[in-house]
Amino acid sequence: MDQETDAELLGRLQAGDERAFAILVRRHHAVMLRLAAGYVPSMAVAEEVVQDTWLGVLRGIGGFEGRSSVRTWVFRILVNRARTAGTRERRSVAIGDWVPAVDQSRFDATGHWTAPPERWVEEAENRVNAAKLTNRLRSAVGELPVRQREVVLLRDVEGLSSEEVCGVLEISEGNQRVLLHRARSRLRQVLETEFGRA
Amino acid sequence: MLPRLRLPLRRNRDIVCQQAVELVTDYLEGALSRADLRRFEAHLAGCPHCTEYLAQMRATIALTGDLTADDLTPQMQDEFIALYRQWSAGQDGT
Repeated sequence: MDQETDAELLGRLQAGDERAFAILVRRHHAVMLRLAAGYVPSMAVAEEVVQDTWLGVLRGIGGFEGRSSVRTWVFRILVNRARTAGTRERRSVAIGDWVPAVDQSRFDATGHWTAPPERWVEEAENRVNAAKLTNRLRSAVGELPVRQREVVLLRDVEGLSSEEVCGVLEISEGNQRVLLHRARSRLRQVLETEFGRA
Repeated sequence: MLPRLRLPLRRNRDIVCQQAVELVTDYLEGALSRADLRRFEAHLAGCPHCTEYLAQMRATIALTGDLTADDLTPQMQDEFIALYRQWSAGQDGT
């Protein structure tokens, strides 16, 4: 039953189906909560923002015309509300200074590796204690600057397309790529450290 | 808003490792120009370290994609149902 598309569920919701609402909420709750948490001081406030968002969805449901995907629409409502509710946002809208993907000390003056990456990909894939790795990665995502976290949550955790992410966050494709690059580069560093070869 | 490289890309010059690692995302996103794509792939073909780096970025993306969403607790689910019913009742009243 959970295989229905968001659009199908929204159609049922428009017809007054409570279960469709429950499925939609369950499907998107976690990422919405994490997105909201990037803007507001506590999880309690983030939960309020998410609730408020769903109320906004219900109120606006008659006006939804399907020009964007359901999740783009819902997440955009969320981000707008979280930004309004948040105090951190004003300080963190800027893309920020450039940070190298790999520390400059690992290259020589001509830009070639002096401390090249050691191999850990297979180990990561076959790792027995994957839970530990997952927890480390989860907290690393949580520690990213809010704009990077938004992009990586939407793209790599939630699986939105770059076009959808730009629609939700109202940023350009170029800025989306810069933020994604920084976030992924940072997460790779974290994994490298985790394998003890930074 | 492209990252400023310490070693800027120049036309008709080979890419070095430090530039290659900054181009990985544009490469994976399909956002490199044809000329840059050729130079990036030419660099990878001759550089096992950057090939490994690219594999690590792909592994990082895959592992990030495995971060599972925390499930809603039953209590929170009830709260959302209550939210819906409240809204629904308000609708009927108007």
